[in-house]
Amino acid sequence: MSIKTPTQYSSYHTKVARSRAISEPVWVRWLLVALMLAFLTLFLIVPLVAVFTEALRKGFDTYITALIDPDALSSIKLTLIAAAIAVPLNLVFGVAAAWAIAKFEFRGKSILITLIDLPFAVSPVIAGLIYVLIFGLQGWVGSLLIDNDIKVIFAIPGIVLATVFVTFPFVARELIPLMQAQGKDEEEAGLVLGASGWQILWRITLPNVKWGLLYGVILTNARAMGEFGAVSVVSGHIRGMTNTVPLHVEILYNEYNYAAAFAVASLLAILALVTLVLKSLVEWQSARIAGEQEQALS
Amino acid sequence: MAKHKNILPGFNLSLGYTIFYLSLIVLIPLSAAFIKTTELSLHEFWAVVTAPRVLASYKLTFGASLIAALINGVFGLLTAWVLVRYQFTGKKIIDALVDLPFALPTAVAGIALTAVYSSNGWIGAWLEPHGIKVAFTPLGVVIALTFIGLPFVVRTVQPVLEDLEAETEEAAASLGANRWQTFYKIILPAIWPALLTGFALSFARAIGEYGSVIFIAGNMPMVSEITPLIIITKLEQYDYAGATAVAVVMLVISFLLLFAINGLQWWFSRRTNAVS
Repeated sequence: MSIKTPTQYSSYHTKVARSRAISEPVWVRWLLVALMLAFLTLFLIVPLVAVFTEALRKGFDTYITALIDPDALSSIKLTLIAAAIAVPLNLVFGVAAAWAIAKFEFRGKSILITLIDLPFAVSPVIAGLIYVLIFGLQGWVGSLLIDNDIKVIFAIPGIVLATVFVTFPFVARELIPLMQAQGKDEEEAGLVLGASGWQILWRITLPNVKWGLLYGVILTNARAMGEFGAVSVVSGHIRGMTNTVPLHVEILYNEYNYAAAFAVASLLAILALVTLVLKSLVEWQSARIAGEQEQALS
Repeated sequence: MAKHKNILPGFNLSLGYTIFYLSLIVLIPLSAAFIKTTELSLHEFWAVVTAPRVLASYKLTFGASLIAALINGVFGLLTAWVLVRYQFTGKKIIDALVDLPFALPTAVAGIALTAVYSSNGWIGAWLEPHGIKVAFTPLGVVIALTFIGLPFVVRTVQPVLEDLEAETEEAAASLGANRWQTFYKIILPAIWPALLTGFALSFARAIGEYGSVIFIAGNMPMVSEITPLIIITKLEQYDYAGATAVAVVMLVISFLLLFAINGLQWWFSRRTNAVS
């Protein structure tokens, strides 16, 4: 049996006292973890699992039939079109807005940043409504559109516009703080060395913010493909014509065709899971790079 | 400090395009809502936005959003705390899963929650014998709004908790504070602005929410009909002026909330800067 020397003894005690002082008893920790898991299970995991079990309830054949139904396929096509237009438009806007806001000082900058956030504060239903007020039959330019035989509301352009509106701030919001944090020394160095504005953008700025940019694009795409409220107002729900995937889910559900509704919904749930995986990968990647830069500096 | 001249190119082009695109997509269309309401006299406007059915919808929308934001305040703080402070298996997956409500389309969330909480669903069937009905009641609205607001509090509080220095907690402990006193007097004040911001974001998101709610709410006039649904109903009846009047009330409230949140974040960043 060994007797602890006073120093060993005290260091052992300090350690215990220290961990006790800034942490909780084991039972409290277990209780908190259990409470959190119970909450997340009830609200996140059970509904997510339910999507897939409901989708497969009537067997795999019914599941596949619901997915290769022509109306389902045309809704997938429309959703892809809307996202393929909305994402690049908001990407270009996000880069332009971040360049102006992060690299220059001007009056009214904070107002501009708040205005860019506006679409987040607007209910999706209202986002749809405002386009109906402008492009609808009795809207501002309604008669002009009828004369020229252009349809915006209850047609694809309206769906694209509503999608652009609800995904408007995502890329800009990711890029502005990132580009502000990086300053403009590298860009100025490029300029001194004779690079043009576009060369600076392509070779210095964009490579520096590529992970933030990708993050913004992932979020924009997820919202663009999943938007329901705004698109529902402007779509008119014409089967096979102006139905996006979320709207197709709603129609099937309201027809009590639950298995098909959940089958199509499971596609969107898979999209959500892929989004979460990509998002986590991008976060880990940018955290790793930030860690490396910190190490290189120290 | 001498301010040197900015030599980078592209200011006029980038700012010009930003303002042009912002006006085209957001500002001009939003102004349409305000201009449309001028078709109504003040008296008509007031009659539309204070009709009993509309008033009942405000009560439900704001009441359910408030309860949902409070639930998210408590459980969001708990989730952020556990994710930052404790180690357990599967933590990374749980952390990633917190963002599910951002990634899952609202319509899918709506039908999934309805399936789970209806009287023959996994959780609903278990609650029904206790006299608790969730689907097609105002309680269902609270559940849906809690779901969609869940990530906000976690994601605003989490980074602040991560940045807290252990020294202040040790100092409190060495001065004789017990763990609860340390939490209440040291940690809570430090994360308070973030918690409040997350709460406000969750509340603001809940007010405008439509997709996840309409499936589970049952949409009974005067009982479980949310304000965004009132707007849709009026639109479907071609009552554009009426729909717009209710929309303008919601827009004004949302803008006030947005300014409040920006104010909170400004206060919050000033405090963090003052500390560091």
